[in-house]
Amino acid sequence: MSALNHLDRLESEAIHIMREVAAQSKNPALLFSGGKDSIVLLRLAEKAFRPLAFPFPLVHIDTGHNFAEVIAFRDRRVSELKEKLIVRRVEDTIKQGRARVKSENDSRNALQAITLVDTINEFQFDACIGGARRDEEKARAKERIFSFRDEFGAWDPKNQRPEIWSLYNARVHPGENMRVFPISNWTELDVWSYIARERLAVPEIYYAHKRPVVRRGIQLVPVTELTPPRPEEVVEELWVRFRTVGDITCTCPVASEAKDVEAIIAETAVTSVTERGATRMDDQTSEASMELRKKQGYF
Amino acid sequence: MDQHLPTQQHTELLRFITCGSVDDGKSTLIGRLLFDSKAIFEDQLAAISATSQRRGMSETDLALLTDGLQAEREQGITIDVAYRYFSTPKRRFIIADTPGHEQYTRNMVTGASTADVAIILMDVRKGVLTQTRRHTHIVRLLGIRQIILAINKMDLVDFDEQTFNQVHQEFLTFANALGFDDIIAVPMSALQGDMVVDRGTSMPWYQGHTLIDVLESVKVDENIQHAPFRFPVQLVHRVRNSGELNERRLYLGRVESGHVSVGDEVVVLPAGVNTTVASIDTYDGALKSATAGQSVTITLSEQVDISRGDMIAQKSHPPRTEKSFSALICWLSNAELDVSKRLLLRHGTQTVAAKIAALEYKLDINHSIHVPTEKMAMNDIVKVLVRVQQPINIDNYESNRPNGSFIIIDELTNDTVAAGMVVEN
Repeated sequence: MSALNHLDRLESEAIHIMREVAAQSKNPALLFSGGKDSIVLLRLAEKAFRPLAFPFPLVHIDTGHNFAEVIAFRDRRVSELKEKLIVRRVEDTIKQGRARVKSENDSRNALQAITLVDTINEFQFDACIGGARRDEEKARAKERIFSFRDEFGAWDPKNQRPEIWSLYNARVHPGENMRVFPISNWTELDVWSYIARERLAVPEIYYAHKRPVVRRGIQLVPVTELTPPRPEEVVEELWVRFRTVGDITCTCPVASEAKDVEAIIAETAVTSVTERGATRMDDQTSEASMELRKKQGYF
Repeated sequence: MDQHLPTQQHTELLRFITCGSVDDGKSTLIGRLLFDSKAIFEDQLAAISATSQRRGMSETDLALLTDGLQAEREQGITIDVAYRYFSTPKRRFIIADTPGHEQYTRNMVTGASTADVAIILMDVRKGVLTQTRRHTHIVRLLGIRQIILAINKMDLVDFDEQTFNQVHQEFLTFANALGFDDIIAVPMSALQGDMVVDRGTSMPWYQGHTLIDVLESVKVDENIQHAPFRFPVQLVHRVRNSGELNERRLYLGRVESGHVSVGDEVVVLPAGVNTTVASIDTYDGALKSATAGQSVTITLSEQVDISRGDMIAQKSHPPRTEKSFSALICWLSNAELDVSKRLLLRHGTQTVAAKIAALEYKLDINHSIHVPTEKMAMNDIVKVLVRVQQPINIDNYESNRPNGSFIIIDELTNDTVAAGMVVEN
């Protein structure tokens, strides 16, 4: 009998985790943004629960700074699956005066945490499944698969529940919640390999396309209404693709001519810059950016 | 090492734990492993180079790569288990990087619980230390059967073969009694890179494998594939197709040990009902058989009343169904065991009320002796008698890791307070 290959093992682990959420949590949700990691989560949920409907709604915390293709993709995927989608907008949080922005063009990634915590309280979710991976960032490398959040939505890295074997403890008191990361042990390369194996559709902006950009440090910044070029910057029309898809004001593409998933896998296997390093302006501000955001309720 | 495209369909996954302290060069070793296997990216390297310079170091300190949290960077210590990922053309690796200090036994237990192999790191100048004994003991207790002895800092003893042999021998003298299947010793200098990924030129006398060669060739632990079939039921789904008279009951779960084929005779526990496997299904289609580690959906040929927590098991080799059993417990909570508190025991998918009925002895892991004890405090490993309110279906941990393990939860705080391993009564 042959042992399972590594993608099979990762897939099986993720299915097991999703089923534990369904069994242990009373009112779970799955965070779906239309990005590649959450697209993988949806396939894993199909593998865990079909022929029945998912035992949780899908939730999108919308920053309002979106790539139009991604939102269109999100809605198409939800209707194909015939599942329920709940959308809550950072815009509304700002209007209510519960979050403040300095200017319209500021990144709303950090503000997402406030809207997310509000949404969790509104629906009384006791578990939120998310697509975070430990290889993304050093604070994530230390986070549990079932990550406990207190009534303020905060992560306490020094006081995490021990997670031994695959015996997960999802018990919480009212008001507290779990963030659950079934693809914790996957790398960027695993995600793309899985997308290839499962023939999963992803938004077009993941594939190489021509786009006006400016060079800023090691990053290429897309030129959009929300991210206009600075006076001294030169706008170039380059072949690029996005490695991550987030708030448009802080998500950068990389130079690439990879037009299909096989080409992306080949590039990912030899890339010399981390996924978030190349693409996220908000992780560049300090060595502890992600850790601080997570302590404030970010997923 | 060449850059490569892993042949994704055929790569195996190996999980290993690294045991040692910063003083032994553990962070440097992991940094070296990641750096030389090209798992470090330019932006990560730029960040740690800047930090190294800020701290007045002449060279980039690879150990900084493994610092995770702000408090760790401030204090220069490791607080918690971190998981790291790299791959070679042959394998995908997951490292559980655990702190080595005594107060962090609980983190070692966590890291070791899912590892196939352990790397025990030693400073060649210091030989076998108390912490070496403790680490080796813990990984053996947690069911790891293969260890790699990384004898580090060879550069500080002029790469001397005799010194290496002495330390290796000293280790075997104590570790041979613990019953490992395999102990492989590799001399190295993580700082300079010799024998980690590249052989280097300093130790021509050493003809064995480099560390990465060992990691690529060591056997992935497959004992669990050959253990008797165990399937704890996670969820029960009821479906009725149009035109069908009766609803079908689908049992969702993961094969925790052994393998199962359609037609196999099984017993449903705790009911004790015998039946056979009618089908094994997945989203991708029906299977003829499934093996340990696979998440599947099983149907049975008879209607049996089954709910989450019940177990489908091999009829000819069923587990023990017990309300009282012996176990080794590693206490993980800051607060000592308080027998007046309500405890829950989770074993597989089953959760039951539990009591620690008696403390037999505490394992003095540094000296391999049993000492009497009346309390159980954080990091203690104690042999106990456990009583549970409902019978659970268990195997000994030594022969079946997934079905011999459990955690204990404080019902009031919901904290996971202990990890347990079932032993012979």
